[in-house]
Amino acid sequence: MARLLDVRDLRVAFRTRDGVAEAVGGVSYAVDAGRTLAVLGESGSGKSVTAQAIMGILDTPPAMVTGGKVFFQGRDLLTLSGEERRRIRGAKMSMIFQDALSALNPVIPVGAQLAEMYQVHRGMSRKDARARAVELMDRVRIPAAAARAGDYPHQFSGGMRQRIMIAMAIALEPELIIADEPTTALDVTVQAQVMDLLAELRREYAMGLILITHDLGVVADVADTIAVMYAGRIVETAPVRELYRRPAHPYTRGLLDSIPRVDQRGGELYAIKGLPPSPLALPTGCPFNPRCPRARDVCRTDRPPLYEVTDAGVMDAGAQGRASACHFWKEELHGLDPIDPLGTAGTVGPLGG
Amino acid sequence: MGRYVLRRLAQMIPVFLGATFLIFFMVYALGDPVAALFGDKAPDPATAARIRKDLYLDEPLWSQYVHYMGQVFGGQFGTAFNGQPVTELMAEAFPVTLRLTIVAVVFEMALGITLGVLSGLRRGRGLDTSVLLLTLVVVSIPTFVSGTVLQYVFGVRWGWARPSVAPEAPFTELLLPGVVLGLVSLAYTTRLTRTSLVENARADYVRTAVAKGLPRRRIVVRHLLRTSLIPVVTFIGTDIGALMGGAIVTERIFNIHGVGYQLYQGILRQNSPTVVGFVTILVIVFLLANLLVDLLYAVLDPRIRYA
Amino acid sequence: MPEPFEPLEARSDTPSDIATGTATLEGGPRGRPWLRRPLPGLRWRAAGRPAPGGGPAPGSRGLWTDAWHDLRRNPVFVVSALVILFLVTIAVWPQLIADGNPYQGNLAKAQDGPAPGHPFGFDLQGRDVYTRTVYGARASITVGICATAGAALLGSVLGGLAGFFGGWWDSLLSRIADVFFGIPILLGGLVFLSVVTSGSVWPVVGFIVLLGWPQISRIARGSVVTVKQQDYVLAARTLGASNGRMLLRHIAPNAVAPVIVVATIALGTYIALEATLSFLGVGLKPPTVSWGIDISSASTQIRNAPHMLLWPAAALSITVLAFIMLGDAVRDALDPKLR
Repeated sequence: MARLLDVRDLRVAFRTRDGVAEAVGGVSYAVDAGRTLAVLGESGSGKSVTAQAIMGILDTPPAMVTGGKVFFQGRDLLTLSGEERRRIRGAKMSMIFQDALSALNPVIPVGAQLAEMYQVHRGMSRKDARARAVELMDRVRIPAAAARAGDYPHQFSGGMRQRIMIAMAIALEPELIIADEPTTALDVTVQAQVMDLLAELRREYAMGLILITHDLGVVADVADTIAVMYAGRIVETAPVRELYRRPAHPYTRGLLDSIPRVDQRGGELYAIKGLPPSPLALPTGCPFNPRCPRARDVCRTDRPPLYEVTDAGVMDAGAQGRASACHFWKEELHGLDPIDPLGTAGTVGPLGG
Repeated sequence: MGRYVLRRLAQMIPVFLGATFLIFFMVYALGDPVAALFGDKAPDPATAARIRKDLYLDEPLWSQYVHYMGQVFGGQFGTAFNGQPVTELMAEAFPVTLRLTIVAVVFEMALGITLGVLSGLRRGRGLDTSVLLLTLVVVSIPTFVSGTVLQYVFGVRWGWARPSVAPEAPFTELLLPGVVLGLVSLAYTTRLTRTSLVENARADYVRTAVAKGLPRRRIVVRHLLRTSLIPVVTFIGTDIGALMGGAIVTERIFNIHGVGYQLYQGILRQNSPTVVGFVTILVIVFLLANLLVDLLYAVLDPRIRYA
Repeated sequence: MPEPFEPLEARSDTPSDIATGTATLEGGPRGRPWLRRPLPGLRWRAAGRPAPGGGPAPGSRGLWTDAWHDLRRNPVFVVSALVILFLVTIAVWPQLIADGNPYQGNLAKAQDGPAPGHPFGFDLQGRDVYTRTVYGARASITVGICATAGAALLGSVLGGLAGFFGGWWDSLLSRIADVFFGIPILLGGLVFLSVVTSGSVWPVVGFIVLLGWPQISRIARGSVVTVKQQDYVLAARTLGASNGRMLLRHIAPNAVAPVIVVATIALGTYIALEATLSFLGVGLKPPTVSWGIDISSASTQIRNAPHMLLWPAAALSITVLAFIMLGDAVRDALDPKLR
């Protein structure tokens, strides 16, 4: 299968009043043509910033890409000129934002905002472009599309607005769509409809999809692979089933354990203790160590690399490319307690500090 | 929309009555219009009493006000100090001030928006900083200072413009006074344009426009300016009313026979019909300008719907 | 993007968002919530509970500490504050830098240029322009400060109460403010002050307060309405806080920032307004020493003796500029959104 997007060691820093914050500290992930990658993480984990860096829509300054490569269809986007990148944006890769009400221009009718894509990228006449815009609205199942093309964003419901965002993203049938929390701002009842529409269109046009979310529930149905981000780094990547079945990072396990489940009513819900670190003051060693139940001395001094997770005994053939940024991924994967030669695990004391 | 306009017009009535009554009160209750008629001479008591009766001055203030307003709506504004009917004075003065205001507004719009956009798009750079500083300085120099100085430099020293404007006040002679009148508003327009642009440049929909792969020019013109100029246009709209009422200083410096000049004469000579009449019209202009701005707002911003 | 279930402590340290009624979510570094506040925990576990551990992120300060921190390092603020300090000092003690008499002149020297001991020259009546320029600060500063204090006090009390209680009082106050807005300020000043014969500062101050308070009251009202709708105020109300306590403890401290900004900038414009009225002959009158009066008499002689106009005009403009710059700096500090 062809590599559509290959992000390698991408780094993004923000200049702030209190110093330079590395919001993305060496992220690598890949999307194959026609496949779906889910990027999972809390707010502030750098998942949106990574996506914006790929799209080339970071606010610079204060943000700047400080390193790495972004190969898209074989070309490193970071080496292209501004004009070349602009031609790719919207046409070859497009983005769906979380809050469609603020992401759509409030004073331009939605039809015109859709038609603009055809006018700018395809050089269509205004009239033809308008006709295509109506077709597009029809395609994302907006009732009475022709009549509503002249309406403004605030005249639509939240679900309808998000459909218009989706229409805008698929207008030029791009190879890659980045959906940044596409359903977070919606009512739960509408979330599934919008997600289904997105998945259906993705299949139909065979587009690659990066789905950015903090909602593990959304991911299971649509994603092929998952990348979990924490504090600006990837902590685990895995095929979706593998990850759900046997996570190889304590953070992932924490996330899975904190999902409320119907079959465990009455018990107390698990919670990861503590708060994510500030990008201005990352802990030394593994960034997750202050919150990690498995943390040991090595975790506080040595930053774990992204280990390749191999386990021929359990893994099926399709599950290549598993990786975990945990020194003790094996223990985590097999559900073992960490081997603790010094006996310091779990204690809080001089050695643990 | 129609109902909204009607409601707004209805709301304007108490404001109009309140504002004119306040002016009426100041002129008639605090001053002595009859004494003013006689200038320095002591008035003959019989004549004074007759005049008081004719002008309803012997009645309570609210009743005087009602009589006055009744006459105003019948088109009777009274007689000015020079014996001319006040309406005649208005017919001469308002077109002059209107021309002056047009020059000022065109000047502040063209230059203010251009400067504001340029500095907003280059936020934090040299041009932006100098524009910000310059506008602060311009705002700080009162019109009567800048007017006097510019009149001296352009009118007297260099002879580029007439320091004193002819009574007909053609557009060509009003260029320099118009610039003086619009100078402070120019600074406001520039800063408002810049602020609005900077604020909107961070909006999500601008990021969407970038993500759509639109050329920068189109993003700025079609997506950014459209929303950013809404507050600017409304500011300029309200400013028209304010400029017409605030032209007193400029008209005095350049000897322009407009509204401010006549008002100033009326105040100096304590001619109440002139003062109250002109102010009444100015208040109406001011209120109508505000209403038009609100309606314009609804046209420019589809999110605003008046019902 | 903010999570819907932020810990309460994450909210309380961003009153700047609250005071301006707008959240600072997108854009510059200061607007990025995750760099300024304790980062919100995961959505499904943070529900309402204040998160244990994890102190505030570096750089999270209160609005006022934050603003003061910014101001001290802002050269615009430092320069304008020093200028204002100087102006206030010479307004109180003009003798400190001018030992001459501003009222007595020597007609023989009328309109003469600079001479030893008289760096700015002489005016029409042969009075020392330097001494008069120094003494002129008193009238301008007095009018500016007193008028602003009066208008701000009246406006914020009336507007604040209207915003807090709403109802008929709110509507009535808005209508009254509309009436005052309907009168162009210069016109009103001419009419009102032309019937006052006293040339002292107090009628001018009274007039400016009379026409200036509606502007402040609108700002105060809007600000209070915005703050009133904030969650922490609703929370205080549900906990049974009395109206007085709500206003003083929760609303006033968070609503006052916009009023301070507008009042500081208004101070500069009030000084310019006083000078304009004096220039037109209806504001301050001799023997009060005022820049506006001196500029007015100098403007007729500008061809022969431009120095007579230059110095009081420069002093006036610098004074106005200092206050407007101060207001600008304060606004930037209190409203980071506008950077």
